[in-house]
Amino acid sequence: MAEIADSGGGGHKGGKKRAKKQSTRIDMTPMVDLAFLLLTFFVLTATFSKPKSMELTFPAPPPPNQKIDEVKKGITFLLSKDNRIFYYEGQFRAADDEKGKKTELAELNFSQGSLHKFLLDKNKEMQEKIKALDVKHKNKQLEDTTFKRMVKEIKADKESYTYLIKTDDKATYKNVIDVIDELNVNVVGKYVMVDILKPEMDLVIEKVGAN
Amino acid sequence: MSKKPSKGGAPALDMTPMVDLAFLLVTFFMLTASFRMSEPVVVDPPSSIGQVSLPDNHILVTIDNTGRAFFGISNSTAKMNALRQMAAKYKVPFTEQQIVKFSGLPSFGVDIKDLPAYIDANEQARTNFKNQKGVPLDTITPNNQLKDWISIGGTEAVKMYEEAKLKAVDAGGEFKAEKPRYAIKCDGKTKYIYVKDVIKTFTDLKLYQFNLITSLEGGGTVIDPTK
Repeated sequence: MAEIADSGGGGHKGGKKRAKKQSTRIDMTPMVDLAFLLLTFFVLTATFSKPKSMELTFPAPPPPNQKIDEVKKGITFLLSKDNRIFYYEGQFRAADDEKGKKTELAELNFSQGSLHKFLLDKNKEMQEKIKALDVKHKNKQLEDTTFKRMVKEIKADKESYTYLIKTDDKATYKNVIDVIDELNVNVVGKYVMVDILKPEMDLVIEKVGAN
Repeated sequence: MSKKPSKGGAPALDMTPMVDLAFLLVTFFMLTASFRMSEPVVVDPPSSIGQVSLPDNHILVTIDNTGRAFFGISNSTAKMNALRQMAAKYKVPFTEQQIVKFSGLPSFGVDIKDLPAYIDANEQARTNFKNQKGVPLDTITPNNQLKDWISIGGTEAVKMYEEAKLKAVDAGGEFKAEKPRYAIKCDGKTKYIYVKDVIKTFTDLKLYQFNLITSLEGGGTVIDPTK
């Protein structure tokens, strides 16, 4: 405990009484109590981490009368209830035609081996190119800016896949974020959120049931 | 103050350094503390690897798991100006006290007609406010109040930003504040169609860039690509 102001010099011998010396010490205990009380309060109420966020850009609607190019290398994810993901590659076809077969949905899920592995396989070529650049960059053969520009070019390459994310009316926000996150983890070049089309919706309903 | 040999009793302990430290810490936490009013809804955002922290200057739309939308602006002056304009547009009268009180509130989720009552209520009553059905955001009928809030709030927030910037430049100082950003905070369990409505509202206003607020990914979720 803090030393408490003690009474002056104590008893003196002899009858002569001197003026008592007042101690200059003050009792700091209440102040310390208060200081720690405040400290505890502010420590407990402090919020250290600001919320994190993910930046996302949505496509502007195309100007009217613009012809929409067929996506050559596209993969469409269709998200549905119970964390189920379906996908198909290329253009949607309601029936067999000269260009290809009727669209069939394949299924993926959020477990380790599924969506992640699928994306890894699809992006192998691109990943390897980026990796090769990265090695060069680390060996100081490339400038920072050149490296960044080249990675950007690889990502924007027409030959790499474009991912479309569509949801039915039962998919949760978490699933959407998880898919986007997985695409980000895999440094995918291009992805976009789009509205689901009626025939696609029908295919999903076929898989998961109407309810 | 000479040292006295302790004669039993309480040993003297010099507490000065400890007190110094305690007050130093108190001062630090006091100055860094940012007081936030409790949000009207508890929202549990999904996790992601996103590393961008939410800008201080933001316009936030919160969506809870039942699809209600809540609206908030971080800049209180912009918030007051936005309320004045909204009041004029929807012909709902607000007193000056209400407008000032509104600027201190966190995001709200009521129809503008119920807003005066909502502002006057105390904090307890506000959480249990019966007409808290979310800001109306019908994308088909003209009653899209969220759209007006975003549009007016956005303009006001940018105005405040420009003013602050001009002031800082006039004073010759360096200007560090960021431009206001649009953020969406949404519960993981929310159906995506509700989020889509909000995003539609944004894109209708030709706003295409948002920050989606996520919690930080727990360890081990970023999968090792060698596996």
